Amino acid sequence: MKKGKSTGIWKVITAVLICIVYLSPIYILIGVAFKAKSDVSSYWKLASDFDLQNFTDAISNGHILLGIGNSIVITVCSVLAITLAGALAAYPLTRIRTKGNRLIKAFTMGIMMVPPLSILVPLYSTLIKIHGVNTYWGIIVVLVTFELPMSVFLYSNFIAAIPVALDEAAKIDGCSPIQTFLKIILPQLKPVTVSVVILTGLHCWNDYQFSLYFLQDPKYRTITLAISSFFSQTTSNLNAAAAGALLAILPVIVMFIFLQKYFIKGMVDSAIK
Amino acid sequence: MIEICVAVPFFYSDLVIEQAKFVEREKDMTKNVKKNKFQTVNLLYVPMLVLFLVFVIYPLGKGIMLSMTDWDGYSQHYHMIGMKNYLKIVKDAKVITAFKNTVIYGFGSTLLQNILGLLFALFLNQKFRGRAVCRTIIYLPVMIAPLIMGYIMYFFVMFDGGALNDIRMLFGQAALDWMADGKRGVIIMTLINSLQYAGISMVIYLAGLQNISTMYYEAAELDGAGKWQQFRYVTLPLLTPAISSAVILNLIGGLKLFDVIMALTAGGPGSSTHSLSTLVHRTYFGGEMAGYASAIGMVAFVFIMIVSNLFMKYFDKKEVDA
Repeated sequence: MKKGKSTGIWKVITAVLICIVYLSPIYILIGVAFKAKSDVSSYWKLASDFDLQNFTDAISNGHILLGIGNSIVITVCSVLAITLAGALAAYPLTRIRTKGNRLIKAFTMGIMMVPPLSILVPLYSTLIKIHGVNTYWGIIVVLVTFELPMSVFLYSNFIAAIPVALDEAAKIDGCSPIQTFLKIILPQLKPVTVSVVILTGLHCWNDYQFSLYFLQDPKYRTITLAISSFFSQTTSNLNAAAAGALLAILPVIVMFIFLQKYFIKGMVDSAIK
Repeated sequence: MIEICVAVPFFYSDLVIEQAKFVEREKDMTKNVKKNKFQTVNLLYVPMLVLFLVFVIYPLGKGIMLSMTDWDGYSQHYHMIGMKNYLKIVKDAKVITAFKNTVIYGFGSTLLQNILGLLFALFLNQKFRGRAVCRTIIYLPVMIAPLIMGYIMYFFVMFDGGALNDIRMLFGQAALDWMADGKRGVIIMTLINSLQYAGISMVIYLAGLQNISTMYYEAAELDGAGKWQQFRYVTLPLLTPAISSAVILNLIGGLKLFDVIMALTAGGPGSSTHSLSTLVHRTYFGGEMAGYASAIGMVAFVFIMIVSNLFMKYFDKKEVDA
């Protein structure tokens, strides 16, 4: 009994230590963001008074709000297309198991493995040719393409678990396959859609590499681009840059705290067959 | 279909015959489906295929073509130069360093992330107060854009007043310029990436652990297996599917590491911390050598595809064995 209690305490101590390590980056970020530029005390010390000057600087000089706005537009449109196209594609690929469809499913999963870095140069020149660089639709189309396999993967795993008897019953009642999809399958896809939205939405929101290539016009800067240009241009004002970074991660952190269960479920679904 | 079921034959042999007929009919039906070339439902995946063809397959083909040119990235004219770019890669010290670094980023992160993730999962699979909070906190960094995580870590590793140097000075040691040495920089960034994403492995392992029935442990205990033996002979083999997912996920993520490097060193000092991802970017936009950048991209493509396929094959075999 005594032994059980003491190991219990050790567990809590270990947990606290892990949490300290994991929270330290956010702690430092908050500390720097609220500190006045003139305050040169250690980053480990919190600011003596909460100074909001850095945040106003970040918003006026760092174009953080523009970045957040652009990121919202890009993320929302991409996620809509990813879920819609993914659900549509997953249905025939799961239900009609012809040789051709099996091949296409394998091809789709293969696309997931393609490292974007290997084709970014030709992709960039392709987008220039079709006037997609520095446009919302250009970046959206690229994000959708690279996130679609994940969406198809999640949807087809989910659809495969829906009994085929439902489809057959609908067929007997005279539904065409497309009607079956719209009336029988689609209404059941809500839980997996939550996973798809969260997972791919997070990827789109946090994307940097694609945006760096395809959105060079400051007008279309996403939040990650705004932060990176802010950090590289104002090395003298790190405090304002930290305030900008804090504003950038705040939306996802708040969402995560409230929708934690769904974030983790989505992650697990995407990783396990 | 229903009629056959209703007309139950009296003799077993009849049943067999009926069943055989049924199977035949089923086969005919699927044959008809196959013969019927145009299936309207299949139209549903056409938009996706178009995207893949235009934005993955076509660029891939074009990349192979560009990798054999001396294109600078913006002019209208370029020449075919055959395999010259590839020959140059083999001798280019920058590419070789980037290649080595990519291997460290990829395999180093995979190893660390999985060990950490497994330890966290084993630890947090036990019951104690506050474990849910601890899980949330370990998973939290996964939300943060890797680029921004890189910038946050800058506050730790900076020379003048960095958080890590403050700790060093507290113990009477001189401040260290953490990122001045390329080799140390690579290790630090591997660590950052591993710690940030260990939460993903943890969550996968937790799900895996919860799928293992306590029955196995009870049986092992009856056979006199100790804690370590239970872990070695029960937990690990049954976790194989989870290990496989986590390893492949981390490997693919680590091999294309880009954001953290751009935030912390942009490949410097010199070009000692470049990964293949950042080197392609630098060669294209900084060096204006689009042909050469494509060639590096193609080498990266072949390398990453081979490595990830080897790992998948290995785990497929393991999963069958287990």
